[in-house]
Amino acid sequence: MRPEPTIDPRELARGVRARDKASIARALNLVEDRRPSARATVGALLGALREETRRDDAPRGARVGLTGPPGVGKSSLAAALARQLRRDGRSVGIVAIDPSSVKSGGALLGDRARMGFDPTDNSLFVRSLATGGEAGGLSWSTPAAVHVLGAAYDVVLVETTGVGQTETDVRHVADTVVLVIQPGSGDVLQFLKAGVMEIPDVLAVNKADHEELARRALADLRGALHSLSVVGASRELPLVATSASTGRGVEELVAAIDAHHAELASRLAEHRADGERAWTTHLFVRLHGEHGVTTLGGRAALLDAVRDELAKDGASAPTACAALSARFLSTMQA
Amino acid sequence: MSEPKRERPWIMRTYAGHSTARASNELYRTNLGKGQTGLSVAFDLPTQTGYDSDHPLARGEVGKVGVPVSHLGDMRTLFDGLPLERMNTSMTINATAPWLLALYVALAEERGENVAELRGTTQNDLVKEYLSRGTYVFAPEPSLKLTTDVVAYTVEKVPHWNPTNVCSYHLQEAGATPVQELAYALSTAIALLDSARARVPADIFPEVVGRISFFVNAGIRFVEELCKMRAFTVLWERICKERYGVTDEKLTRFRYGVQVNSLGLTEPQPENNIVRIVLEMLAVTLSKDARARAVQLPAWNEALGLPRPWDQQWSLRAQQILAFETDLLEHEDLFTGSVVVEREVKALADAAWAEVEEIERRGGVIRAVESGYLKQRLVESNAARLARIERGEQVVVGVNRFVESEPSPLVENLDEAILTVDPAVEAEQIAALNAWRKQRDASRVEAALRGLKDAASKGENVMPASIAAAHAGVTTGEWAAALREVFGEYRAPTGVAGASMPSATSDATRVQALRDTLTGLEARFGRRPKLLVGKPGLDGHSNGAEQIAIKARDVGFDVVYEGIRVTPEQLVASALEEGVHLIGLSILSGSHLVLALDVLDRLRAAGLDVPVVVGGIIPDADAKRLLAAGVARVYTPKDFELSRIMEDLVALVAERDAA
Repeated sequence: MRPEPTIDPRELARGVRARDKASIARALNLVEDRRPSARATVGALLGALREETRRDDAPRGARVGLTGPPGVGKSSLAAALARQLRRDGRSVGIVAIDPSSVKSGGALLGDRARMGFDPTDNSLFVRSLATGGEAGGLSWSTPAAVHVLGAAYDVVLVETTGVGQTETDVRHVADTVVLVIQPGSGDVLQFLKAGVMEIPDVLAVNKADHEELARRALADLRGALHSLSVVGASRELPLVATSASTGRGVEELVAAIDAHHAELASRLAEHRADGERAWTTHLFVRLHGEHGVTTLGGRAALLDAVRDELAKDGASAPTACAALSARFLSTMQA
Repeated sequence: MSEPKRERPWIMRTYAGHSTARASNELYRTNLGKGQTGLSVAFDLPTQTGYDSDHPLARGEVGKVGVPVSHLGDMRTLFDGLPLERMNTSMTINATAPWLLALYVALAEERGENVAELRGTTQNDLVKEYLSRGTYVFAPEPSLKLTTDVVAYTVEKVPHWNPTNVCSYHLQEAGATPVQELAYALSTAIALLDSARARVPADIFPEVVGRISFFVNAGIRFVEELCKMRAFTVLWERICKERYGVTDEKLTRFRYGVQVNSLGLTEPQPENNIVRIVLEMLAVTLSKDARARAVQLPAWNEALGLPRPWDQQWSLRAQQILAFETDLLEHEDLFTGSVVVEREVKALADAAWAEVEEIERRGGVIRAVESGYLKQRLVESNAARLARIERGEQVVVGVNRFVESEPSPLVENLDEAILTVDPAVEAEQIAALNAWRKQRDASRVEAALRGLKDAASKGENVMPASIAAAHAGVTTGEWAAALREVFGEYRAPTGVAGASMPSATSDATRVQALRDTLTGLEARFGRRPKLLVGKPGLDGHSNGAEQIAIKARDVGFDVVYEGIRVTPEQLVASALEEGVHLIGLSILSGSHLVLALDVLDRLRAAGLDVPVVVGGIIPDADAKRLLAAGVARVYTPKDFELSRIMEDLVALVAERDAA
């Protein structure tokens, strides 16, 4: 095996920021790398990306999560959304997540098949990731991949696996969560009401391929959603009927996402910081389990420690986690 | 002794066409001179998928698997000296069927021939294109509408034409069991007739039912296949009577043409294939009560490359010997009253009917295509079939048993034992196309295209506007582009994501060893080895790519599969964006040199150092060229052991550094 080419995180971050596809691909390969030896570089890259992004005040990297049960057409809708955004002149990065086989560890990453994009389009990038055994509908590297693509593109779409009803993790990586359902899927509402599924920011009823179907589906949902306000939806949930095959409602969906993002603007930094903290905590718990949490003084203490670490210059979830790991290990040795 | 009364033989055809309209015309004349009684036109992939010869996706594909027909001028040349009124012409054309029929009709009109007298078939079945053959363009709904347009037009204007040939042929090639073949084809016919019933006057609907014909496959288990054909006749009659209330026996008869199985033809000891072909022919000819109306046989060397005229002649002679030398056509139905045959027919019909009802429950065949249900079932059946061959449970002589062989004099010089299309053909065709575009009246072309778009968007029948466009000099690419504007372009489900591998295979230890190796590589690289499976070019035969994809997932690769019809440019973009460790290309149209070399060049230009393997029907000389150009491995139909291919792929990745 040849020695690995050395990676200069700052240079790589500049390449990502300049939307150089080769750099973005390398950055994604790096953040997917789970070897302990890669952690420091990943942390440095994410820190450098954060600085790069801060320096430049072009508003970039709106993060949109697409979630919903299997078979509702999330991939096709993601493709339709991306096309619409490109038509509007916005650049798009997509993270598409598929489940790994429990038996073999392998995965079929089939989302590109539904997309058929122009390969010469420099403002569009699709990366497929396998869950690799993670629960929650995302992969281990999704948050980092979103950071990378968010530094390069105007909008990042994250498409979850849709295998479970407990896909709440997407909330931590996305600014706006779109729940995609099919007409007549009343059970989804049951999940929402029961709190099994988090309340999304936008609800898209996909496969509304003709007028009548769209009208009926929306009417049904409006009625059913009434009861949701009881369980804590603070505002009226935007409802859009879409058809990925005909393009119906896609512009409207973009508008609904934009509206939510605008509404979120004042709280965006805090929302993302929440996500960053959740990610750091998740990484720490993955490494050291409940034992680690207890050793650092319990959940609340851990959260405070995470907050402090992330506040440091050039920090990112992996570096914060590394610092906490070091603290945990030294406590153990003491 | 008086001569016994003989039945009229079936129509004998050879699926033919290559290079140019001129070369194909010569081939048709020769074939007819040899006693062939019908024509079967093979179109090249750009024509089948609605691109002109100079479109980027057409690169390397022009004139390869069939003849390019870009406009009325090509049609004139193709049928030069062949009176259309006296031909029986079968066209293997689907997404662009309305257009090719329009060109055929326009040619008859300009020659002053009687359009009502035209006889022949447009294949015009899109369902099996989504499931197997891959030359679809539009989504299922608009496709069904276009198919129905051809039906509605021909019933009125070309009454002897078979407007659609519902194909179970390609389903078997994609791995369908006999039951699946029966059920999926019949469900397709139901969708078609349901759609037609809504669009034609009630009094002519029974005629529409009578015009539906089928195109089936016959595999090597010829007793079961014979029973399958009889089961088809039983079920079709039931559907016509019970669902559509058509009782006239002439209209409820199951009419079908056949191409016997190509999937089972072997690359090792290819001379054995002629025996397989003859046995398979028996399945569709022995029963008088369920005999094919038209038969075309593949050639013995199809697993090696494109057959030459002599190879095709051998297959035609096999048909002629059966029809004219033997006493088959002197007898009544041989199996009426056979306990065994009747029992088997009933078993097949019952199982198929249950599956027809299952598809009904799922909202019909169109929904079952869109949801990926049908594709997934086929991918699973094919995986099971390959696993049986790999384990030796299904014997394939010369492949997994009796493999020792004397050197075959037939393939002594292998590269001369197949047809090669002159690469200059593409440039010639493009030059002719440009000349055609220059000499026509541009304003007439524009008006014709406007008319076509107008008809399509209003939901009117596109046939009259298409015939007008043919006369105006519109090209195949322009016709399809106009409809792409109206209907959009469709990408079908690949069926691989949800498909499960047959469990308890005897190669479990090999699979486990591969899984362990890949897990080890994941630890070494920091992420799981990722494989990109690509089908560049227009070839839509995706079975091989699908089987590789699901097997690779089963041994532990992360697999990116984009489906059919991707350009080398797209593949390289995907390889970069996805960060893959290995690329596998599957190309069955004979365009492997152009396409694989293009991928290699673009990878180099992008600075990607990723090994590439290629699978397909690749003659030895081409394989050597590919390897010399930097392809890591070449696989051909003789490499039937998927586990061995996987071992190769894992080894290739292991040799590399972490990407």
